[in-house]
Amino acid sequence: MKLHEYQSKQIFAKYGVPIPKGRVAATAAEAREIAAELGGRVVVKAQVLVGGRGKAGGIKLANSPEEAEAQATAILSMKLKGLPVRKVLVDEAAHIATEIYLGITNDRAARKPVMMASAEGGVEIEEVARKTPEKIIKTHIDPLLGLRGYQTRDLALGIDLPKEHWKAFSKVCFGLWEAYQKSDATLAEINPLVVTEEGQVLAVDGKMIVDDNALFRHPEIAEMRDLDVEAPEEIEARKYGLSYIKLEGDIGCMVNGAGLAMTTMDVIKLYGGEPANFLDIGGGANAEKVAAAFRIILSEPNVKAVLINIFGGITRGDEVAKGILAAMEEVKPEVPMVARIVGTNAEEGRRLLANADMITADTLVEAAQKAVAAAKGGAQ
Amino acid sequence: MSILVNKDTRLVVQGITGREGLFHTTQMVAYGTKVVAGVTPGKGGQWVLDDKIPVFDTVKKAVETTGANTSVIFVPARFAADAIFEAADAGVELIVCITEGIPVQDMMRVRAYLDQKGSRLVGPNCPGLLTPGEAKVGIIPGSIAIPGNVGVVSRSGTLTYEVLYAMKQLGIGATTTVGIGGDPVNGTSFLDTLKMFEEDPQTEKVVLIGEIGGTDEQKAAQYIADHMTKPVVGFIAGQTAPPGKRMGHAGAIVEGGEGTAAEKVEALEAAGVKVAKHPEEIAHILKSL
Repeated sequence: MKLHEYQSKQIFAKYGVPIPKGRVAATAAEAREIAAELGGRVVVKAQVLVGGRGKAGGIKLANSPEEAEAQATAILSMKLKGLPVRKVLVDEAAHIATEIYLGITNDRAARKPVMMASAEGGVEIEEVARKTPEKIIKTHIDPLLGLRGYQTRDLALGIDLPKEHWKAFSKVCFGLWEAYQKSDATLAEINPLVVTEEGQVLAVDGKMIVDDNALFRHPEIAEMRDLDVEAPEEIEARKYGLSYIKLEGDIGCMVNGAGLAMTTMDVIKLYGGEPANFLDIGGGANAEKVAAAFRIILSEPNVKAVLINIFGGITRGDEVAKGILAAMEEVKPEVPMVARIVGTNAEEGRRLLANADMITADTLVEAAQKAVAAAKGGAQ
Repeated sequence: MSILVNKDTRLVVQGITGREGLFHTTQMVAYGTKVVAGVTPGKGGQWVLDDKIPVFDTVKKAVETTGANTSVIFVPARFAADAIFEAADAGVELIVCITEGIPVQDMMRVRAYLDQKGSRLVGPNCPGLLTPGEAKVGIIPGSIAIPGNVGVVSRSGTLTYEVLYAMKQLGIGATTTVGIGGDPVNGTSFLDTLKMFEEDPQTEKVVLIGEIGGTDEQKAAQYIADHMTKPVVGFIAGQTAPPGKRMGHAGAIVEGGEGTAAEKVEALEAAGVKVAKHPEEIAHILKSL
């Protein structure tokens, strides 16, 4: 789950990372008030979960409360990469002398967190990694030992940070590590971390991604979820414990198991079709879950056929078929349905579905071919 | 022969009195697996499955009393990391964790700890292990596979069942099936499993079922190219998965352009692996080898 800049920075500050004075505003009038309180030059920043906010016009300087109000009015009426701007952060503008990058993420291959610093702050780190990877200094953190002081000095030395800033930089490193660890983040990033003309080390931007699997122990972070970034169907699916991702094609998919669900999409594509979604109904396909899955798939008007692919292992094929039939009673789909059930009691399951006017198939390839044909037929 | 589990496996089930734990224990016992003990804190002294299996409060006690050498974990995600640490501290050699949804920082700590302890972990977020005709440790339906000479290793659950089932239709059996799980940080990797299959005299061919996310398949490809003498048939799920989206499994995500299906297929093919276009084709390729 991605956090907004203002949320990330508040968490960083809780663990001792210095951030600029400022607050978040939902209206232009509030932005004006905050600017008046801060006095002097402020920066008004769109709070949306997309990269490249500055380039898109979502970050503006303002020299007075009136200007801050005007900028906030403009930004709050924007959409950045399709997402509405609902809040702006109004921060005291820093007098920036140097910009650096500092971040922690999970290094999947090393199975450890990695802390990274670069003298090339303020630009996208992926860009730096592509063009000049030698300018990113990395240090892996032992998950049992935690960050050690010498590692922060390795980073400071690696990015040629003047020695007078090492102590402040180290404090920021430890603050970021604590924020990352105590929030179960998979990414905690300050870009840029600036050295001001006054010699202060300050996190003027912040980004965090928190592990969805760990939200059970962070209810205060779970509440920060921004539903704007998710398709409404994805939010609905989560309520039923379904894993759903909307795609662009016209063949709806309902599958048990994530690997098999991806494979079903791939085989549809292999035979000339386009999947409309990824959907994993998980184990035990009961009627309630299947009905919810049908409703979500069919809420997408592009869907011209549905492919159901169920491997009955411990879940018996005839029970899944009964679940599908009960769900069809409720949802009454109007597009052709192709069902393939294999495994335990599959024959009985297929017989039940064939009686209900469903197109059945024995193999995944056959099912995909029939679904592709059905979707094309429906388009004419 | 087989790898990791066989008829001599002495299994302790952590979370045996839970709904999932009890259901799958029944299935494992019915398959012929030697389930010697269960653990549920606070329920020590009880017996389950018609009073055939004793329940202990701790893994240590279960191991001391019954000589269990393998553990399977069915406890909820928030307690699962602790269950793995407990099994490792009790000296269990092989720990199989079925639980899905363990926080990734927990798993990084688990990995760092197990690397010092020397216990082997399979999973988490996996269907477990099946050595057809000998033992089933986990949730793979026993009826879909027959004994044979093919080693199967996979990050997925039902997709693996699909492949085992397609193999069985053509009369092809497995030595052992290893579900290594769909999490970004796990215990046993593709590479570890390939080494074991390469050394197992009864395994003559290997099936590797990968998916998008990470670089474990690429590392496996390197090993295959450099060391493997047995033919490997591959499959990668997620050709059509959009970047930046987690496809059900926590680890199935293309991040920063890395971990795509295309690069994995390319790496495997460059290592001489025959990569199937769909799961049923795997069985046909095996037949032709």
